[in-house]
Amino acid sequence: MSQNSKLQLIVDGIVKNNPTFVLVLGMCPTLGTTTSAINGLGMGLATMIVLILSNITISAISGIIPDKVRIPCYIVVIASFVTIVQLLLQAYVPVLYDSLGIFLPLIVVNCIILGRAEAFANKNSVGDSALDGIGIGLGFTIALTCVGLVREILGSGSAFGWKFMAGDGMLAFVLAPGAFIVLAYLMVIFRKLTKQA
Amino acid sequence: MEIILIFVSAIFVNNVVLSQFLGICPFLGVSKKVGTAVGMTAAVTFVIAIATLVTFLLQKYVLVPLQLEFLQTVSFILVIASLVQMVEIIIKKISPSLYQALGIFLPLITTNCVVLGVAIQVVSNEYNFGFAEGARMLGLGEAMLFAIATAIGYGLALILFAGIREQLELSNVPKAFKGVPIALLTAGIMALAFMGFSGLV
Repeated sequence: MSQNSKLQLIVDGIVKNNPTFVLVLGMCPTLGTTTSAINGLGMGLATMIVLILSNITISAISGIIPDKVRIPCYIVVIASFVTIVQLLLQAYVPVLYDSLGIFLPLIVVNCIILGRAEAFANKNSVGDSALDGIGIGLGFTIALTCVGLVREILGSGSAFGWKFMAGDGMLAFVLAPGAFIVLAYLMVIFRKLTKQA
Repeated sequence: MEIILIFVSAIFVNNVVLSQFLGICPFLGVSKKVGTAVGMTAAVTFVIAIATLVTFLLQKYVLVPLQLEFLQTVSFILVIASLVQMVEIIIKKISPSLYQALGIFLPLITTNCVVLGVAIQVVSNEYNFGFAEGARMLGLGEAMLFAIATAIGYGLALILFAGIREQLELSNVPKAFKGVPIALLTAGIMALAFMGFSGLV
């Protein structure tokens, strides 16, 4: 594969195959953890690390996994990496560990990761699978940070924890309804910008 | 009294879809018709109940005594995946008509985060299930009750949402909003409505 198409793999993950805005996968953490930009960024990065590692591992061992039991095998690989990330976060970034809560172990059932294992990693080389993981992971991280940033600005009048507005802002945007509404409008804007609608 | 609290809190106040954001993928994916939403609800309720029972016992009598709590995620997802497979085989044998009706939803339940989410919630002592005295660990009976109430809350949201989406099909939606965005907006308004229950418990 040429240099150009390797770059294309990453760009595709961010724009053409954006997991949140185009593929509409992994909606639960997208809505559940994006109460602020920092939380969105943290969740995106945690998912990205698991995605890259699982893509590399699954691509490396796909030759020796029997076809019939491949899904359980993928799930075990993913669950092991999730546990590693979970323990590392608990030890070194306890604040983020607490605010992500149940969504951290739930990375296991994030359809993006199993989806990429099935659709990409098991038929491509280790290097390409790593790049695909980086691209899709970046796309997910950017999307989550955007949703988190908009919700934080509207809901608490701050950006990345920096408060620029006195008072509380519109609380509904930090609570559940705001998550759905912000994501809906961001998706429409993304469609308009990439000329998909 | 506590039993009623767990029930009302899991169904309305902390609705699993509209306030905890679990199980959004099937919520958006299979909620286009009321009929399929009912089938999905039945299958999910069944799996959640059995999965919670097995994972609760696994945690209490295997993982905790052996101090293997860090294997929680791996072992729970394995239990759920094999349970779904087993349920599929049993239903296929016992009631082919039900198997036909549930169709593709059965295998998809493995990746429905409600199942794993509930299994993790009931064995941790960090969640407040609506008790006045704050967070504590649940007993087996309460855990099962919480699991079933959560599944009912899931079904309620799914079926209501499917009803709205059936109507939505007939209305004139701007092109850029077609499909997922308008569904998300609808869910947002439903979540606003469900926030009205928050004073109940």
